[in-house]
This record gives sequence, structure tokens and C-alpha cells, in this order.
Amino acid sequence: MLLKNTINELIKIIAKPRSYIGFGALTLLIGVILLAMKADGKSFISFVTASFEQTLSFNGEILNGNLMAFIILQMLIIHVPLLVALVTGDLVSGEAAMGTLRMMATKPISRSAILGSKLLAGAIYTLLLTLWMAFMAYGVGQWMFGSGDLIVLNNDGLVIIPADDILWRYLYGFGLAYLALLAIASMSICFSVFSDNSIGPIVSTMSVIILFTIIGSLDVSSFNSIQPFLLTTHMSAWRSLFEMPVPVQEILNSIYILLAHIIGFTGIALWKFNKKDINT
Amino acid sequence: MSQEVVSVRNLKKSFKGFQAVRDVSFTVNKNDVFGFLGPNGAGKSTSLRCMLSLIKEDSGEISLFGKPMNSNRIEVLSKIGSIIEKPDFYKYLSAFKNLELLSRISGSSVSKSEINDILEFVGLKGREKHRFRTFSHGMKQRLGIAQALMHNPELIILDEPTTGLDPQGIVDIRNLILKLSQEQGKTVILSSHQLSEIEMIANRMVIINKGETLIEGSVSELLNTSQMVVRFQLDDVQRGMKLLKSDFQIEAALDALGQELELEIEKMRIADVAECFIKNGLRIYSIEQKRKLEDYFIKMIQEG
Repeated sequence: MLLKNTINELIKIIAKPRSYIGFGALTLLIGVILLAMKADGKSFISFVTASFEQTLSFNGEILNGNLMAFIILQMLIIHVPLLVALVTGDLVSGEAAMGTLRMMATKPISRSAILGSKLLAGAIYTLLLTLWMAFMAYGVGQWMFGSGDLIVLNNDGLVIIPADDILWRYLYGFGLAYLALLAIASMSICFSVFSDNSIGPIVSTMSVIILFTIIGSLDVSSFNSIQPFLLTTHMSAWRSLFEMPVPVQEILNSIYILLAHIIGFTGIALWKFNKKDINT
Repeated sequence: MSQEVVSVRNLKKSFKGFQAVRDVSFTVNKNDVFGFLGPNGAGKSTSLRCMLSLIKEDSGEISLFGKPMNSNRIEVLSKIGSIIEKPDFYKYLSAFKNLELLSRISGSSVSKSEINDILEFVGLKGREKHRFRTFSHGMKQRLGIAQALMHNPELIILDEPTTGLDPQGIVDIRNLILKLSQEQGKTVILSSHQLSEIEMIANRMVIINKGETLIEGSVSELLNTSQMVVRFQLDDVQRGMKLLKSDFQIEAALDALGQELELEIEKMRIADVAECFIKNGLRIYSIEQKRKLEDYFIKMIQEG
């Protein structure tokens, strides 16, 4: 029954116009960034590297597909959650508002299977959105700018990664980004269970992300103890893959915390949905 | 002995301090067309939602097909088709696609040709590819009935299925319910706030008001009683009252405007009362009679 209803959920996602907003927005945003960098990227890069040029000499094309994927992922990882929540936040509350949740709940299917299928469909949608982001950022970036060594500026200084050592980092990087977006999806579905309208869970999800981002960026001692456990702190875990050497333990820690969020939100959603009065 | 399909005992449900259902009990037997009657806000939909486990009752017992609902939910729901309040579907999908989606979780395998057959049965042939958002209210009700029947359930629960329909739509739905009962032997629970509707198609009924069961029984026994409520409009109601007391030992009441006499009397004696009034020189302007239960129900609705 779980599988059958997951197929139903995917059919509904495919049929809903709002499901395509995410793909359209990503195409537009990444397209604009790529075209802008194609037109004026060299002056932008020389502005950034100007301070190093007195001590370092750069050979080859710094502005390449690998750098573009890095810039795009960095720019969008905070904004893509909105696109995910737009669909996943509507999965339960949208049906409650429409009255179709009532129709479903009178069928011989357990409440857990109804919610489980929505979680699975939400996870598949999030995966497709992440793959599209990867295709646009990395695939189209490589096609427009070609490959090359990646120069990354992080806390420890300038890191230069050879071109043939980059692909695996992006594979894991987009995997980590997917895990972060999955945590967002499970949070918005959890909020969706508590609501009977579509807007509430989407706004709540974005509010939590903004709040956690602010708390995470404030250098206030009272926040220091909670910062390592915030979801948003680990949304940028993919960046660690572009350090030399790669801090494996730090990345594993981020994975555990993101998984804990996913399990926690899913557990709360299942508990609430199983005792929810369907009044709409 | 009739086989019990539904048994609801002492059902109670409240929402944030408001007691929507105080004490509802009734029994539905196999092959019944069971009228679930009550004015708006009586607690009909809340009771039906409890029966279908859409909401959790505060207390009481609900058994369907001889099994407690809460511990046999999936098995019981596989034998039920229902429309609660109004049929809601995915607006962006066609009628066929909506039914196909619901058939996957209906507990039995329903083929595409069976979906087409059921759409034809409810009169939606030719509209199967049209999106739900383009449907009229009557068509939505028909599609609702189609989803309720799709998996060939033993019990069909229809919550006010004729609300908002035009006269022809009401007749069509009524005929459909009779067909399901008489030709296919289905048990039907039909909730309504119209006594006339229940009288036309139900064999048994329960009346609830303010969340409580008032009366339950066979429609013919409850409605076709000889006890009537009669209103006489006379030129002298005070003399009429005295005559009723002296000649018939009946205590009549005056209506709010003091122009009509209201009394409870057996049908056979109405003519005797009228003859007595005329013999005593009273002029009768009108005689209005209603069955006692019908009169009671109308008053209940008027009181809100």
C-alpha cells in the first residue's frame, strides 16, 4: 500500500503546476549567473584575485566550470529550501485544505502509510531538484566554461584542487546538499501535518531557516552551545569537501546531525498525523 | 434475525469545550437504507466522521461488521464506501485519473474498464477525461458516489448527498440509492436534514438533535402512526377550547397569535371534532394536520 500510494503522490506532484516552479527558478537563476559570468566573469575574477597577484602567478583559466559550480552551490544552498518547501510543505496541509485528505483517510490505508508515502514522494522530488541543480551548475557550467583546476578561498587560505581531483568532491557535495534539503523537506512536511492551509508550513519553514541562519551567524556566547546542532549550520557541510585534507570526521558529524533532524521531524510528523482529527 | 452491520453506542465527541456529540446510539442492519436525520448542527457529520475514524471519539463504542472500528480500521474500511460532507477531488486531475488514484488505495483491485463502468453507472460517461475543476455540483456528487462504489463495498455512507442539487439531480441520486439497495443489496446510511427525503427511501431511521439520539426505529412505524397534530382556525377559539374539554376531554393549546387551536388527536376523530364545532355554531376557517413526528421534527428545525 505504501508503494501504491507513493505512486499516487508522485502523480499528484507531477500534475501540480507549483512543482515546476522550483525547476523553472533554478534554471533561471543558474542561467542568469552563468550568462553574467560568461559576459563579465574575467573582471570579477581579477577583482577577487588582485590581492594575491603580487605573491602568486596564476596560469590557465581560473574561471572554469568547476569554479562556477562552487559559486552557484554556495549562492543557492540557502535559497533552494524555499523551492523544496513550496512543494513538500503543501503535501499534507494542501490536501487538508482541499478536502482530499478526508477522502484518502476513509480508504483502507493506514495513516502511517499515507504520511510515509508523502515523505517518500517528497524525498524523490527533492532528489530530482538536487539533480537538476547539479546538472545546471556542474553540467552546463562545464559545457560553457570548460574544466580546470579549482581555486577556493576558505578559512585556512587559498586551496588549489587539481581538475582530476574534483568530480568526486562534487558527487559527495551534491549528496550532502541533498541530505540538507531532505532535512528541510522533512521539517516542512512535519509543519504541514500541524496545519490545514498551504501557506503556513511554507512560511514557517522559511522562518525557521532564517532564524537559525541568524542565530548561527551571531557571535554571541549564549548561542555558541546550540550553533553546532542547528540544521542550517550543517547545510554548508559540502564546503568541507573542498578542503585539503578533507575533514572526514567533521563531515560525518554533519551527516549524523542532519539524519537526526530527518528522523526527529519524521517521528513527530508520524505521531501527530496518527492522532490528527481530520475535520476539513 | 437481522444481521447487524453498524452498532454505535453512547458516542461522545467534543471540540475545544464544545460538545458536538453528547450521546448518540443507533444500529444499522444488513440491507437497510438507514436514515440519519437531524437538523443542521445536530452532530450527524461528526458522528459519521467518528464512525470512519476520521476523528477520534472521546468515548463510546463503534462496531462495524461486528468488529470494533478502532482495532480493525483497515479491514472495516475496505468494506465501506463513503462521501462525508461533500466530495472533494484533485481539481487538476480528470475524473478518471481521480478514480484511478483512489482505486489504488481502495483495498481491492479495480481495473480501468471497471472505472469506466462505474463512471457510466453514475452518468458521467463522456466526461471521464474532463478535469474535476470543470464539473458542476451535480457532477461532483456523482463522481463522489462513483468513488464510494468503486471497490464494491458492502456499506455505503452518504452524508447529505442531495445538498445543493437541482430537483432532477435529487431524483437521480434518490433513484441511484434505491437501485443500490434493491438491485445490489447494499446497506446504505443516508444522512439528511429533510424528513421527506428519508421517508421516501429509508426503511429505518434515527433522529438526532443537539448531539443526542431522540428516537430510532422503522420509518413506517415512526411516521405512519394514527396520532396527528391538528390545528383548527376558528372564529371563537375560546369556545372551541371549552368544547374540546367538555366533549372530548382534550386539552388544546393556543398558538402564539391566539388564533389557532393546536391539539393531538387520532386521525379517525378529526371529523368528529369538526362536526362538533359546526353543530355548536362555530365557523371553521381551516384545518391543518401533520403527523406527530413530522410536526415535532419541523419544530426542532425551526428552533435551530
